[in-house]
Amino acid sequence: MTVSATHTVGDLESSAKNRNVVLDIRNLKVYYATPTGNVRAVDDVSFQVYESEIIGLVGESGCGKTTTAMAILRLVQPPGRITGGQILLDGTDLASLHGQALRDVRWNQMALIPQGAMNSLNPVMKINRQIADAIEAHEGRQPAKELKERIINLLATVGLPSRVYGMYPHELSGGMKQRACIAMAIALHPSLVIADEPTSALDVVVQRVVGETLLDVKERLGVSMIVIGHDMGLMAQLVDRLAVMYAGRMVEIAPVETVFHEPLHPYTQLLIESIPSIKQRKPLKLTEGLTHDLRNPPPGCIFQLRCPHVTDICREVNPPLRELRSRHFVACHLYE
Amino acid sequence: MGGLTPKYVLRRVGMWLLTIWLGATIIFVIPRLAPGDPVAAMVSRLTAQSGYVENSAQMIEAWRARFGLDGPWYVQYYNYLRSVLTLDLGFSLASFPSRVDEMIAQALPWTLGLLTIAVIISFFVGNLVGALMAWRRTPGWIRAFLPATLTFTSIPFFMLGILLIYLFAFGLRWFPPSGAYGRGLEIGFNWPFIKSVIYYGTLPAISIVVTSMGFWALGMRGMMITNDGEDYMILAEAKGLAPQRVFWSYGVRNSILPQVTALALSLGGIAGGSTLVEYIFAYPGMGYLLYLGIVNTDYTLIQGIVFILIAGTSTAVLLLDLLYPLIDPRITYSKG
Repeated sequence: MTVSATHTVGDLESSAKNRNVVLDIRNLKVYYATPTGNVRAVDDVSFQVYESEIIGLVGESGCGKTTTAMAILRLVQPPGRITGGQILLDGTDLASLHGQALRDVRWNQMALIPQGAMNSLNPVMKINRQIADAIEAHEGRQPAKELKERIINLLATVGLPSRVYGMYPHELSGGMKQRACIAMAIALHPSLVIADEPTSALDVVVQRVVGETLLDVKERLGVSMIVIGHDMGLMAQLVDRLAVMYAGRMVEIAPVETVFHEPLHPYTQLLIESIPSIKQRKPLKLTEGLTHDLRNPPPGCIFQLRCPHVTDICREVNPPLRELRSRHFVACHLYE
Repeated sequence: MGGLTPKYVLRRVGMWLLTIWLGATIIFVIPRLAPGDPVAAMVSRLTAQSGYVENSAQMIEAWRARFGLDGPWYVQYYNYLRSVLTLDLGFSLASFPSRVDEMIAQALPWTLGLLTIAVIISFFVGNLVGALMAWRRTPGWIRAFLPATLTFTSIPFFMLGILLIYLFAFGLRWFPPSGAYGRGLEIGFNWPFIKSVIYYGTLPAISIVVTSMGFWALGMRGMMITNDGEDYMILAEAKGLAPQRVFWSYGVRNSILPQVTALALSLGGIAGGSTLVEYIFAYPGMGYLLYLGIVNTDYTLIQGIVFILIAGTSTAVLLLDLLYPLIDPRITYSKG
């Protein structure tokens, strides 16, 4: 997998200009109501996803990346609630859809690849039935023969043998299950696929296979993807742009090369530095436990408590996300 | 994978036979460990009733021979096992010339008919109520009404039975207060008789359904709530499936599995009857027979009923073992 290595910043820039925006998220807010106040899981997040682009969404556990994804899919579970903002997918505001209109958009235009864990497939239903379920929910009853052919083709697209068609989830390995989920996700040619930690709970070899499958699917079908994950190695291989979240806010968005070579936000810098190297042993810098209470964020920058470069203005004014260089967005006072 | 291998079936059938043998042996051993001599006790009861009985010593001897109590224990045990295998349960102690197997054969159809129907209705209604209680999309008016149906669960069987008799038999005179069918009807497969059986069975059935429904409903509710957190439920919703489809094929389908185990056990237990309900409604089933056996210290009758109960439960477990893979594909016989 050398795809990302062949990208140069210039390439991306020129192609980005011609690209259409598939998903446009504007000032998204998702709050979880608790007895002691709202937890601001996603606070004023804006970003775009372009046509046939893979954007990576990274950040530590609890930073709001999965909540962002669930908000796009309109699957935020109570007590969580989308309290503000717009989610424009191909021009339609998902945040305002309900009932049948919402069900029509689901899977037709946006699909989910769940975490690579055991439970994302219904254990008592054969794989073919679960894929057929998605197809028939949107296209009505299908002739049995064509449906079977279509599902076997989908399985072949992700490199699964046709015998998987009649198997139950427990008869598949973790990697096969994950690829079955990818096959299901592309069944209706959605314009956006959200992959929520698609390779967690898989071993490295299988991670690579799943990563390659995702990349292959993107190249062939031209879908846009949001890939959520912790795995910076996978991100470096897979995504075009990387969006870094911290405590419910977007702190940096840039082409993946740029993030790795010139991270601007102090949090991103710490995140990149903390990637364990297999070549040398170095102390881990990022420490846990210094985050603020998400119900009651301090005035100013959300990273002030952990930031090594904190100044007075950081404690007073919240830095907006600005395009500091071409296609490189950062929310930090250091660069003013 | 899986499939009913001959080895598995043999093992299960072997377990079934072993259970019945153990049960029969325990029934044989326990009364013999208990102090007192049932025949002597019976004769002394006769003595107490009529003041003096001639030749009481010979009488005890004769009765012992009649009940097979005169040989050494292994002969008794051998005869006992042989007669149990041929479903010959011997004479009743209290109503002597009657045979226990005949008494049971008369009572069993009534109990099986009443309880099987009541348990199955209770299973379906209870599970539906429980599933609806747990489901987020249940309309508000149903949600408000459901817990009220469960308050009956906290009323004991017999209280509700008496209440029903008072209201519907003595008050409104809609249903008969006791018995199993109207007088002067020809017992058999004819419409007036069947109609009468349904008419007489309604009140006892209602009292069983209403009081046992909550057991199913609460179990189902818990399972549905646990199940709701599973990833496949979220994925089903993300697929844009109709809510009913998510409810039945993904929610109920998975939550019902442990309930089916409980259903098999309670169907097996039906053979023992529902003593209190049958007693209150003077319903001529197994429960009523057991009540008579206890009141009259009719050991052989009690033994017979307990044996039927053991046989019924272990047969239900056997059937469950053989049928369970059909509803849960994860159960296979390969590990046996």
